[in-house]
Amino acid sequence: MNASEQVVDLSTTELRDLNSALHKLRPDTNQTLWRIANPRGRHSVAVGVDAPVTIEIDGHVGYYCAGMNKHAKVVVNGNAGTGVAENIMSGTVHVKGDASQSAGATGCGGMLIIDGNASARCGISMKGIDIVVKGSVGHMSAFMAQAGSLVVLGDAGESLGDSIYEARLYVRGKVQGLGADCIEKPMTDHHKAKLTAKLTAAGVTGVDVGAFKRYGSARRLYHFHVDNVY
Amino acid sequence: MSQPITTPRKSATFDDYAMSEIRRAAATGIYDIRGAGAKRRVPHFDDLLFLGASISRYPLEGYRERCGTNVVLGARHAKKPIELRIPITIAGMSFGSLSANAKEALGRGASTVGTSTTTGDGGMTQEERGHSSLLVYQILPSRYGMNPDDLRRADAIEIVVGQGAKPGGGGMLLGQKITERVAGMRVLPVGIDQRSACRHPDWTGPDDLQIKIEEVREITDWEKPIYVKVGASRPYYDTALAVKAGADVVVLDGMQGGTAATQEVFIENVGLPTLSAIRPAVQALTDLGLHRKVQLIVSGGIRNGADVAKALALGADAVAIGTAALVALGDNDPALEAEYAKLGTTAGAYDDWHEGRDPAGITTQDQALMARLDPVKAGRRLANYLAVMTLEAQTIARACGKSHVHNLEPEDLVALTIEAAAMARVPLAGTNWIPGGGAF
Repeated sequence: MNASEQVVDLSTTELRDLNSALHKLRPDTNQTLWRIANPRGRHSVAVGVDAPVTIEIDGHVGYYCAGMNKHAKVVVNGNAGTGVAENIMSGTVHVKGDASQSAGATGCGGMLIIDGNASARCGISMKGIDIVVKGSVGHMSAFMAQAGSLVVLGDAGESLGDSIYEARLYVRGKVQGLGADCIEKPMTDHHKAKLTAKLTAAGVTGVDVGAFKRYGSARRLYHFHVDNVY
Repeated sequence: MSQPITTPRKSATFDDYAMSEIRRAAATGIYDIRGAGAKRRVPHFDDLLFLGASISRYPLEGYRERCGTNVVLGARHAKKPIELRIPITIAGMSFGSLSANAKEALGRGASTVGTSTTTGDGGMTQEERGHSSLLVYQILPSRYGMNPDDLRRADAIEIVVGQGAKPGGGGMLLGQKITERVAGMRVLPVGIDQRSACRHPDWTGPDDLQIKIEEVREITDWEKPIYVKVGASRPYYDTALAVKAGADVVVLDGMQGGTAATQEVFIENVGLPTLSAIRPAVQALTDLGLHRKVQLIVSGGIRNGADVAKALALGADAVAIGTAALVALGDNDPALEAEYAKLGTTAGAYDDWHEGRDPAGITTQDQALMARLDPVKAGRRLANYLAVMTLEAQTIARACGKSHVHNLEPEDLVALTIEAAAMARVPLAGTNWIPGGGAF
């Protein structure tokens, strides 16, 4: 522990008190490093933070860790439950283990990095977030994905990108199946450069971006007509 | 002598409307999409009457004797419950479906009489936040415009599971109304036919909902009342589950409740009439020992103070209005008949709110049409209407001897039809017979 590090032990501190303390941080706070011990799968750890601080969580967390995060860098040294970084606005959330379903759901900005695998609905309704999953993602990932990018170094489950809008999906491994209105698109140099930038931002190096395939919207569902029904 | 002829007879089953819909479907290849709520006749508050005072019931003097109308929402868990001066709120309606002027007018009208307005499926606009003294912020499956700053700027938060016009369906907003501003707030391409999600992206079922509510409370430091809104579908169980999940307030929307745009087949054929949904919801609260502790807001077809009084007598704590508020602003005004005729409809029937060509400037994003609605004048009309409804409800409550509108009770009511008696669980007029019964 360094001198300025704030340590909060969730076995002795109420979650409500932790989140309340984090909400009181101003942009110019000097309490820039927080360490959370004994999360023990608690839900809603470090939600609604709006300050440029680093929060290291030593252990597994439950639902919605770092939900609606702004500016903060949140590191989970463990696994994360449903909806990690849901509706994140900015900042970075880094899960060192695996993540459950709906990781990064509706995220509007910032970056979510998952070192392990993510379960179903990863990036559902994403609205600008960048998600990098070093493992694989489950079924219905990027469902109704509006904007942002989902990068998967492993495989993707069934119905990837179902009803997708304008988000960009990059998958290096096998895609079990594409959802409604989701199609494979050409991987141009422009897209390779974009993908390289995302990977670099996520700290992933030494990866051949040429091995990825790109997926996006066929835009057939953009206007109602019986001939476009799936 | 001429041969007698058979009078041409139209089918009751294949009536003009049904056949026009067949022809329209065949020609266009798309289902009918429209705004507003169910138009079919269903048992409603008109089928109930108040008994008033008599030898055994002592009335209060109209106007002079006090009859309270305030309602406190959210005292169950929220550090900062909200108090409405009247038991009538403005239901959630999105910026996108409504013009910015209409949202401002709703805020002005509601604030004048001390009640709340509600955002919708398009995020919070400055117009409505700035002009609403009490604003309820909806968390919808689409999460369009959702952000923690607006969450904290809200006075209460409403998690929308469903709405009465379409329990089980997501919203629609057609391309004509997806202008640059609307598209920007929703992070969608301009001009597309937009489909909102029908399920929340990050929770499934009541156990998850409980965790979701806890997250929202944690983000807002347990300050805000949290409502859960459901379409009238399985009101006993939905109310019980919402309460179990930690709701401070349950909002129950019957099938007459309006929508900005939904399939006609959905609006008219899915969900329960408002009248039939209230008693099961109240029973759930009573069974849990939380009636009047968790508040119940009822919406769907509320038009006047009598409807308000009847909903409260059946156990609601407040009502919400949507369609009626739009009418107060100027929607479907016969003064605009010539323009409605140009759109192939007539004042009172105009429901193509999704097309964005509303001559009243309410359900549109067209700048020229929107400019027709003066938010100050329209807000004043809404305030007048809300005040009249409140006076009407008080008039009835005083006639029944009640010093607060919440003291109205089912015992004050009778029903005009067997159906209404069964649904409202009050006696058929002139009898002591309450049909139906049993578990919900």
